[in-house]
Amino acid sequence: MIPIPPSLFLLLGAAMFAIGAVGFLVRRNLLVMLMCTELMLNAVNLTLVTFNRMQPSSHGGQIFAFFVIAIAAAEAAVGLAIVLAFFRLRKTVRSDEANTLKH
Amino acid sequence: MKALEIALFALSALLCVGGALGTVLARRPVRSALGLLTAILGVTGCFLMLSAEFLAAAELIVYAGAVVVLFLFVAMLLGPDADSPRGGQGSVSRWVGAVIFGGAAVGALGLVVRLASDLGEPLGARPAGFGTIAAVGHELFTTRIVPFELTGLLLLVAAIAAMAVARGKHRDPTRPSSGGAPPGGASGRKPEEAS
Repeated sequence: MIPIPPSLFLLLGAAMFAIGAVGFLVRRNLLVMLMCTELMLNAVNLTLVTFNRMQPSSHGGQIFAFFVIAIAAAEAAVGLAIVLAFFRLRKTVRSDEANTLKH
Repeated sequence: MKALEIALFALSALLCVGGALGTVLARRPVRSALGLLTAILGVTGCFLMLSAEFLAAAELIVYAGAVVVLFLFVAMLLGPDADSPRGGQGSVSRWVGAVIFGGAAVGALGLVVRLASDLGEPLGARPAGFGTIAAVGHELFTTRIVPFELTGLLLLVAAIAAMAVARGKHRDPTRPSSGGAPPGGASGRKPEEAS
């Protein structure tokens, strides 16, 4: 039905995960770091759905991806609330400024 | 038909990688959010090709409809303070870690592409009822009912936590703040007098 081999989807997911992880490591903007975690979660979702398509005896992979989507929504809400509280404290969203516990 | 599928996959892959790169490289968070939206559209296209229609709909509704809009709200609430400074000096250790991880990822991807030159055979025909909303919903509400209900509890707790964290110190707008009284302190003013 689909002339695309599933390994291409897996490669696409791996590439997205790598881009998101490097962005999380490089960027210092807390908002962009949160978006990079969302990118990584999306890449994992793509991998899960691909594996489920390769083993279609049950919908375990798709349901797992559904739970990942729900947890990503909760994570985004709480993470953005923390970013807002941090901005209220320091008037910036740079992650280097989050050093209150350092000394 | 085959060329259409290949074109759809190429478009989705381009949206995924381009959106991901845009998310990482953009200086302004609003553009990063739009890059994330692009990447999500690409992932949705991949889901459709992998016969996961329910997940494609859920991904569009939850990510594009809620998460990206939440990011955009916060980026616009923070305004220009949320922009990344141009030419800010990055710490060396951060770049070292990123370069090591990125190099390892690129090397691993290249190795996989070189070793699996035939890329495996394409997926077979779609089994009857695989990935439809009825089938996924049936499995979700029978064998996976407990984690599904726990997800609802998690979302409730997350919503309450987000409100509690983002609200900060509550200050009554009807109360004069000149005295610097602590919130909920004994200023003795009744709310109906203040309003």
